[in-house]
Amino acid sequence: MVLKSVELTRRNTLALAGIAGLAAVLAPRLSFADEKAVAEEIKKLYGDKTFGSGKIKLDVPEIAENGLVVPINVEVESPMTDADHVKSVHVFAERNPLPAVVSYRFTPACGRAAASTRMRLAETQNIVCIVEMSDGKLYMTKANVKVTIGGCGG
Amino acid sequence: MATKPTPRVRVPAQAKPGEIIEIKTLISHEMESGQRKDSSGKVVPRKIINKFTAAFNGKTVFEADWNPAISANPYQSFFYKASESGEFTFTWKDDDGSDYVATNKLTVA
Repeated sequence: MVLKSVELTRRNTLALAGIAGLAAVLAPRLSFADEKAVAEEIKKLYGDKTFGSGKIKLDVPEIAENGLVVPINVEVESPMTDADHVKSVHVFAERNPLPAVVSYRFTPACGRAAASTRMRLAETQNIVCIVEMSDGKLYMTKANVKVTIGGCGG
Repeated sequence: MATKPTPRVRVPAQAKPGEIIEIKTLISHEMESGQRKDSSGKVVPRKIINKFTAAFNGKTVFEADWNPAISANPYQSFFYKASESGEFTFTWKDDDGSDYVATNKLTVA
C-alpha cells in the first residue's frame, strides 16, 4: 500500500515534469518570428525584387553550442571598385524574437567585402543573408545553424 | 551599467599602398536585448549599441547597424584598402545617446 502510493507520486512527478518541459519548449515559439517575418522585412527593404544566387560566402557554424555567441562571417565576391562594389549586406535570423541581426554598408575603400561579428540565436534556425550591389543587383543565401542552448533570455 | 564601455581596436601600424588590411574591433557592452525578464518578471529595457561606424580621415569607410541579436561585448571586423597615411575614427552609438570613440593612426609607405 505504502509502496504503491510512492510509485504513484513518482509517476505524477515525472508526468508533471514532462508537461512542464514540453510547455517550456513550446511557449516561447508562439511569440517568435518565422520565415514570414523575414520575408516581410526583406519586402520592406527591396519590394518584390528577385534575388540571384551565388557570390555570397556565408560562414556560420553548423552546430552552435552556445546560442549567445555565434560567430558569423560574410564575404561577397566583388572587385570593390567605384563602378562595381557591394553596397549593403543584411542578415536575418528566421526564428529569433526579432529577425534582424545586422546590416553592413560597404564602400570601395574597404577593398574586400567581408565582415565578421558574433550574434545571438534563440534556437536552431536558418540564417538569411541578402546583398545589394552598386548596380542594384540583389543576391540571397541561407544557412542552417543548429543551436544546442538558446541565447535569448533563457 | 557599472563600467564605461571600453573599445579595443587592432589596426596594423603600417601598410603598403594598395594593401588590404583587416581591422578588428571589440567593445565591452552588455547589449541588453530588451527581450529578457528580471527575477520579478519585468522586462529589462533594451540598451544596445545600435551603430558602429569606421571613418578614415573623416570619410566613412564602413558602417554596421547592430540589432539586439548581436552578442554582448560586440566584435566587428572588416577590411580596408590602404592608400594614404592618416587616422581611423571608430564610433559606437549607444541607445542612450552616448558615443564611444577610438582613433588609430595608420602609416602607409
